[in-house]
Amino acid sequence: MPSSKAWNPADSKRRPTEKDEVITVAYAAGVDVGSTQTKAVIVDEGGVIVGRSLIDTGANVIKAAEDSFLIALKEHDLDEEEIEYVVGTGYGRYRVTFGNTQVTEISCHGRGAVHLFPNTRTVVDMGGQDTKAISVSADGEIVDFCMNDKCAAGTGRFLGAAAAALDIPIGDLGPVSLRSTKPIKISTTCTVFAESEILAWIGKGKKIEDILWGVHKSIASRSAGLMRRVGVNDEITFTGGVSRNLGMVKALEERLEKPLNISEDCHYMGALGAALFALDHVLTGRTPVSTAAGVIL
Amino acid sequence: MTTLETKDELVGRGNREGAAMFRDWFSELDNTAKTGGQAAYVFVMGSLNEILKTFDLPVVFPEINSLQTAVRHVAHEYLDEAEDYGYSPDICGYVKADVGTQLRGGEHPMAQIPKPSLTVLTNACNTYIKWAEIWERMYDTPTVTIDIPGTRQAGGQTWQGNSDFEADRKYVEVQLRELITVCEEVTGKKFDIDKFREVLGYANTMSRSWKRILELNNSKPSLFSALTDGTIFLGVANGFRGTEEGARYFERVVEEMEYKAANGIGQTIDEKYRLLFVGVPCYPIFRRFNELFTDWGGTFVNSTYLWFASGGTNRGFEYDLDNPLASLAEGVLISVRDAMDSMFHQNVALADMANTYDVDGIIYHPIKSCRTVSTGLADGRKHMTDELGIPSLFIESDMMDRRVVSEAQMKNRIDAFFEGLESRRQQTPSDGKG
Repeated sequence: MPSSKAWNPADSKRRPTEKDEVITVAYAAGVDVGSTQTKAVIVDEGGVIVGRSLIDTGANVIKAAEDSFLIALKEHDLDEEEIEYVVGTGYGRYRVTFGNTQVTEISCHGRGAVHLFPNTRTVVDMGGQDTKAISVSADGEIVDFCMNDKCAAGTGRFLGAAAAALDIPIGDLGPVSLRSTKPIKISTTCTVFAESEILAWIGKGKKIEDILWGVHKSIASRSAGLMRRVGVNDEITFTGGVSRNLGMVKALEERLEKPLNISEDCHYMGALGAALFALDHVLTGRTPVSTAAGVIL
Repeated sequence: MTTLETKDELVGRGNREGAAMFRDWFSELDNTAKTGGQAAYVFVMGSLNEILKTFDLPVVFPEINSLQTAVRHVAHEYLDEAEDYGYSPDICGYVKADVGTQLRGGEHPMAQIPKPSLTVLTNACNTYIKWAEIWERMYDTPTVTIDIPGTRQAGGQTWQGNSDFEADRKYVEVQLRELITVCEEVTGKKFDIDKFREVLGYANTMSRSWKRILELNNSKPSLFSALTDGTIFLGVANGFRGTEEGARYFERVVEEMEYKAANGIGQTIDEKYRLLFVGVPCYPIFRRFNELFTDWGGTFVNSTYLWFASGGTNRGFEYDLDNPLASLAEGVLISVRDAMDSMFHQNVALADMANTYDVDGIIYHPIKSCRTVSTGLADGRKHMTDELGIPSLFIESDMMDRRVVSEAQMKNRIDAFFEGLESRRQQTPSDGKG
């Protein structure tokens, strides 16, 4: 035993040999089936992300959940059997058929944000079809939350409409918008009408970057309104797919007059929070709070 | 009767008998429509049933007709009919479903609805006034609007003995006398003061019982759902106010609730969270909406709906039968004013309710259809949560229009709300609930 080198799957991708002293590591997973994209995260018993994946949800939600989970496993060369507990989240959480239980993405984003940025007290999650403002305690517990209702204005979908109208890739929206020197004001709050308003501005000869910055400011304005309803606290973490858009980060920071916490993992925040709830169960036996009988919607 | 037979007979009796009375009421309306009889159109916030029943006028509550189309999942047909006619999607769904009913010649899933011979309304809802004008234009119907002075500022109510109150009461009484004159003209009957006293007596029994029923629901576990069962009680409270059947029904519901309270018989689910409901129910998915809460062990123990949609009769005001008309004016003033206060000055009463009923959270349900009940809810909610520390949930939809009811979005919010409640309870397990 003294001569063997300890093998820890959390920090090694090679397979253990007979000489290795195998350290058993517990793993837990979270799968976030969103309206646009599905994310999966695997954490080890220290809460460290060891695997992650991101794929388009598409029409087959069950398959998206499975594929996303398998890709995340592969990143750390893990087998399904090595994952002790799986929590599903997102609108498709009841479609994570291999999951042990479900937790809403509202709770998951709060939990994940406080895990990555412990002083977080307000979370803004901007996803494909909704934007959430979440007030959290130091434990990651949800104090209050607020979401856009009945309308996709102020969400990622609004940006998607702008990208389509301007015929540029979604990934270029932020960088292009940051080149703006004379921003225009987008007055519509309707995602559908935004397209015609954008085309009208093009017809008036306005620059694409100025129109785009106007779009970003419009979304930031609506999102800030949601955040004020739950309270804008000192440390704010920006999560969800749109957090990767640096134009949106800047627009929100200007609107709120505060810096935002962002990281590469903010896009995975829902799945991370779900994985952390799953890890709670692995380490303490505590089952995440969930309805006794989930209803598939 | 054995104990078991007593239980079987009593538990759920209010719902069974209420549903039967509801069918009888619509059967009477159907008969009235088919025989060309007279009927009065009235509203839930100040129906003045006490006067109309004295003249034996069947009462039609268009609000109740409209919500029934939603409960029966046909509201869209009526809303579409009104919108095709030219009404905006933004107009109150109750109004539009009624317009659809009128355009269909009174065709309704529960009965043939008679045309109005008379319309009686109060200013408790500003839409009532424009709504009644529609019937006035359609049918040239006599319309009596009773202007009820409201509370002028939060906490600024005046009461008996105060000169302002007495002036307001006289103002209402004069209008009631005008209503009586119109009723005499419409029906060709002379106002019968003795019958009026009898009607007031039945209304007194109902008000006294209604107040008692609501008080009894602070039992643990709670005895009935303020959202689902309560709506059945409300239907009878409105349709049968001032009648012997209505009075007896409410006495029997008191008997049922006292039995349940004495025997610890609650709702059919294991109560984990006691909730207050603020606003108008989500009728397009009425049962399902309630289940989204009961799935988590959440029960509605009281609501502002049971307050304003009963016209403020939850206060239990009882008329002085020796001084009937002056007392009716006093009762209408106090009750309708209270119904209006449930929308504009609800926070003090909600805080008291939260304490009396020992609630775990408040559910605010603003609706697209009604600015009157929805405006101000965000402020109210902020006050209750920030100042008083009562957890609350804000979910927007509608009481009629399925197009703005997203069950998936609703479920997400409701689940997250309960996750928060449960998480807090796990951290403070000593609160004695659950």
